[in-house]
Amino acid sequence: MDLITPEVGLIFWQTIVFLILMFILAKFAWKPILGAVRTREESINEALASAEDARKEMQNLKADNEKLLQDARAQRDEILKEARQLKEKMVSEAEVDAQNKADNIVAKAKESIEMEKRAAMADIKNQVATLSIEIAEKVIGKELSTEEKQHQMIDKMLNDATLN
Amino acid sequence: MHPNLEPIILSRTGTMIAHKSLKIIVTFTLALALLPFNAFAKDDSQAEESKDEFNPTDMIMHHIGDSHGWHFFGEGDSSYTLPLPVILFTEEDGFVTFMSSEFHHDTEGQYVVEKDGMRFVNYHEDIYKLDAGAQAVEFDEEHNVLNASKPWDFSITKNVAAMFLTVILMLIFFFGLAGHHKKSKNAPAGFNNILETLVLFVRDEIARPQIGEKKYMKFMPFLLTVFFFIWITNLLGLLPGAANVTGNIAVTVSLGLFTLALIVFNANKDFWQHTLWMPGIPTFVKPILAVVEVLGLLIKPIALMIRLFANITAGHIIILSLLALIFILENAGVAGISVPFALFITVLELLVAFLQAFIFTMLSALFIGAAVAEHEHH
Repeated sequence: MDLITPEVGLIFWQTIVFLILMFILAKFAWKPILGAVRTREESINEALASAEDARKEMQNLKADNEKLLQDARAQRDEILKEARQLKEKMVSEAEVDAQNKADNIVAKAKESIEMEKRAAMADIKNQVATLSIEIAEKVIGKELSTEEKQHQMIDKMLNDATLN
Repeated sequence: MHPNLEPIILSRTGTMIAHKSLKIIVTFTLALALLPFNAFAKDDSQAEESKDEFNPTDMIMHHIGDSHGWHFFGEGDSSYTLPLPVILFTEEDGFVTFMSSEFHHDTEGQYVVEKDGMRFVNYHEDIYKLDAGAQAVEFDEEHNVLNASKPWDFSITKNVAAMFLTVILMLIFFFGLAGHHKKSKNAPAGFNNILETLVLFVRDEIARPQIGEKKYMKFMPFLLTVFFFIWITNLLGLLPGAANVTGNIAVTVSLGLFTLALIVFNANKDFWQHTLWMPGIPTFVKPILAVVEVLGLLIKPIALMIRLFANITAGHIIILSLLALIFILENAGVAGISVPFALFITVLELLVAFLQAFIFTMLSALFIGAAVAEHEHH
């Protein structure tokens, strides 16, 4: 049997056997196998797609939550800011008010002190005048208590007057 | 396709012929069995010497060729051979069938089998029908048979039997996988999973990219069958005592013809137009190009058949040559080198077995894909 001369019998058997094998396998093996594999692949693809959908939905939900949270945070910040401003305003107003009141009190106190001072001065003057008069009365009374002294006085005054 | 092996084969067979002068008294059949060396030296009669001397070319050709019985080991009448049916057809007398064992292991044309008044001999695994009245086969000086003719031989030879073995294995494997898919929707486990992975490999790496998403399903039965047929047969061929089916030109011719038939019967109008009357070139070039294209169309399957045949046969020849070196050099010590080398080549052949199945399927898919492709006209 030559190496490179094809034997007709072997070609015949190979062709027949291969054809029969191909048709049997095509009908009873390849078709169900490929069909099952395709069905499985489709179900896997579907599962993957639905997982992807779920993931996207989750992402959306998460994004929504994030947005809500962000809004809430912003709102809180806004409120805090307003509160802080209000507080500052109130504090500064209170300060101004207190200052004014303190100034008023100080001013009134000064005024009343001044008045008291003046009244005291006036009183002192009166008392000094009264005392002076009393002292003068007593001095004069003592000077003019005797006739001699009265004469002396007149003389003196007359002397003074004559000299003029 | 391992082009590096082909030159090795050529040089190796060259060496074999050169060593024809180094003739040793051994029987070639025991070479593969690797029995103790002294077992061969039992025949020391001078008359038998020329017949029994070791001829590596004959030994190798015998092992890679086809035969009418499946020989395992032993020689002559004491050999262990599975008898296979011989089916012959002659125009005058129709079919004749008998078992190959009726030749009593004779391949030298000595033993004449009489059947339905016809006489047959087996000469170097070709069955001859002796001319009417002839009692024994006669040869001329060139060893050509003079008084016999060759009937049509449709015997279940060793290769056909090995082919049946592949068929049985494939039926068991893939009916098993299909059975799993009938029972359950889950992915298969174990061996079925390996098979399914390979089926998907053929689908996703070969059919889909080469033929295209729209049309590949139509060709899947052929591609899957041819892939697994070649691969399993290649692997079985590596077993000791196995047949060299895919390394037989007749088998690859048949497989190549399938690819050619699929191309021819499925090719679309576009393909034929580009083959027979190429558009867009001067008219006088068109007939020339048509000849080239038609030749190309035929050469594609021829290349497929030669590639598979040559690669598988080459692997077998290398292994047998390495083992034959032991007997050529008359030294059992050579086995220490030859056997590891032969083992290495055998392991390489495991890769080649897959590679050749892949390449045959791949190129078939490529050619079919080119024939059914829808071209975009510019």
